[in-house]
Amino acid sequence: MSGTFVGMPAFPKAAQEAVGNPTLRANLRHATHTIRAKRAAAVAEVSDWAALREAGKQIKDHTLRHLDRYLVQLEESVTAAGGTVHWAADADEANRIVTRLVKETGESEVVKVKSMATQEIGLNEALEAEGIRAYETDLAELIVQLGKDRPSHILVPAIHRNRGEIRDIFAAEMSEWGRPAPEGLTDTPAELAEAARLHLREKFLRARVGVSGANFMVAETGTLVVVESEGNGRMCLTLPETLISVVGIEKIVPTWRDLEVFLQTLPRSSTAERMNPYTSTWTGTTDGDGPRTFHLVLLDNGRTDTLADEVGRQALRCIRCSACLNVCPVYERAGGHAYGSVYPGPIGAILSPQLRGTGSEIDASLPYASSLCGACYEVCPVAIDIPEVLVHLRERVVQGGPVTLEGNRTVLKPAKGHAAERAAMRAARWAFARPGALRAGQRLASRTRRLHPRTLPGPGRAWSGSRDLPPVPAEPFRDWWQRTNGGDAGEGRAK
Amino acid sequence: MRVALFLTCVNDTLYPDTGRAVVKLLTRLGVEVDFPMAQTCCGQAHYNTGYRHEAEPLARHFSDVFGEYEAIVTPSGSCGAMVRELYPRMGERARAEGRGDTLAATLAPVVPKTYELTEFLVDVLGVTEVGAYYPHTVTYHPTCHGLRGLGLGDRPRRLLQAVKGLELRELPGADECCGFGGTFALKNSDVSAAMGADKVRNAESTGAEVLCAADNSCLMHIGGTMTRLRTGMRPVHIAEILASTEAEPAL
Repeated sequence: MSGTFVGMPAFPKAAQEAVGNPTLRANLRHATHTIRAKRAAAVAEVSDWAALREAGKQIKDHTLRHLDRYLVQLEESVTAAGGTVHWAADADEANRIVTRLVKETGESEVVKVKSMATQEIGLNEALEAEGIRAYETDLAELIVQLGKDRPSHILVPAIHRNRGEIRDIFAAEMSEWGRPAPEGLTDTPAELAEAARLHLREKFLRARVGVSGANFMVAETGTLVVVESEGNGRMCLTLPETLISVVGIEKIVPTWRDLEVFLQTLPRSSTAERMNPYTSTWTGTTDGDGPRTFHLVLLDNGRTDTLADEVGRQALRCIRCSACLNVCPVYERAGGHAYGSVYPGPIGAILSPQLRGTGSEIDASLPYASSLCGACYEVCPVAIDIPEVLVHLRERVVQGGPVTLEGNRTVLKPAKGHAAERAAMRAARWAFARPGALRAGQRLASRTRRLHPRTLPGPGRAWSGSRDLPPVPAEPFRDWWQRTNGGDAGEGRAK
Repeated sequence: MRVALFLTCVNDTLYPDTGRAVVKLLTRLGVEVDFPMAQTCCGQAHYNTGYRHEAEPLARHFSDVFGEYEAIVTPSGSCGAMVRELYPRMGERARAEGRGDTLAATLAPVVPKTYELTEFLVDVLGVTEVGAYYPHTVTYHPTCHGLRGLGLGDRPRRLLQAVKGLELRELPGADECCGFGGTFALKNSDVSAAMGADKVRNAESTGAEVLCAADNSCLMHIGGTMTRLRTGMRPVHIAEILASTEAEPAL
């Protein structure tokens, strides 16, 4: 995945900064709580939501099960419609293909509409290394790009910024990239939007190459679909002469009829809208309308390896609605950057360690970035049981196990740094398998209870730094039960 | 009716009062309670931290200890959800790994007859008025595993509303996690503490004297945060409220 995130520290350390930043926490809290409430209302309006959710899950599972077949069908349909399909096994290959395609046009700049796949592979950096400048045109992406920042949310990449910060970024940076911000720009939403509009319009009208992602690809007709709110995407898709779409292979739906389900669930789950303002669909090329050349780069980059894992593969159902981020109490406090990936939040915590493997510090820590409260599973419009996958990936981290890496089955060793925990878990299991040992431990704790310190040393400090431990009672329950035969009422009942 | 009390290792060790309250309450309602002395831990901490293979013998042990009973009652939504939700999944995983149906068959008997306390009262005994008296203002925190794992719904609140003298106050952001999450509280202590502090602030805003929940693990985290933040509120397990009577009132 993207080089921008390599070398991230483990999640707990990365989250520390956000937890300690009151402005950031207030921004995140306000934004996630607002959209959370709106989503709940938009979903409650639909009487058959549970059926739609099940349908979405089943369509995605069916498609993933027959992905090979649908990918071939998609390639045939795209080709028949005048497009060209390219296959990219990993980020490097995808970047090489796109760079070559842009160079062949003779251009040195491209406009982009929000594409998480290109962020995943670090396309902007790869293009820049070859002297090609990529302009982000989605409003939030523009804010992130101008601020030399990283996206922190799937749908609202600049969620961590407030209006004042955005004004400052526009005023300071826009001139560097094109049309400067108007004099005396204030932080009112209308003025900020107008500044972005004027800045972007110049780029749309100048650009000859567009790079996009897609929310869906319809196999039967070779049609790509982008669902958006601003219309900037439609500009990117229709104005340039050459359009290059980079899309993950899991984004296929077999037919238009299947698409119908997601066009209902995606807007309501993501922006809490009954229908999103712009849904653009494009099929190959058409004379006299839209791009004259169309390339589709199909990206694997760890997806078939993920597909090989029978518990983890459900992550590939994701339609990137970000409902799970907006309800996640951990995301709300830790912020998106702490997840070290273009995919933050609960879905990122299960997607990144599967796409990238659990080799790095950040990826090994992501499965633990959850209290397993289950709110993400509850809101997911394609019913991804994120807690189940998190626990499954924790198992991979601490115990190792069979995985598929670059198409080959292999057995992973446990990640480093879990030896003490493993020993503690084994010891606890040993004691719990022997009621006598448990009881001896309880009695020891009871007898020494006046000696227990209020703050603990070692790993216990993580608890006692912010919370008091409960006092150990004089007698564990089982001793009371045995002593009193279950209390006054329970005479003669002890076994 | 004779039931087995699955108290859980945390309650047994740290919260014996909750256990005594469950015994008192169920006995008052005419239920014969047994406490199988061989019980230990359901294995949730192991399972959720990634040590499924360490959790399996504990699940087997649970089935051995409780398998013979008509019903198993636990005052912990979290441990109840472990048995009901995750034991079947452990069986499925063992099968998927080519280890046959043995584990699934061993665990199957205890799954449908394990009840969280409020679920047992409302669904099995069919009562919401349990003859309790508790003259305090109370706010209720529906714990995640009780709410989403077991789907307890409004059962605990209905029980609390029927308690004489009790004034129930709505908790803002009630369905948000308190941040305990087992080993999460240790592995991500900064985020966990921030979640706990927000939960405590929300609880405080109700002006209630008591924060009540059906899980002492969450209450340990919330209560520990309350004393550290010097709120003056008390965490109390729902069993202790429901067991309280005019003759023998709980604090």
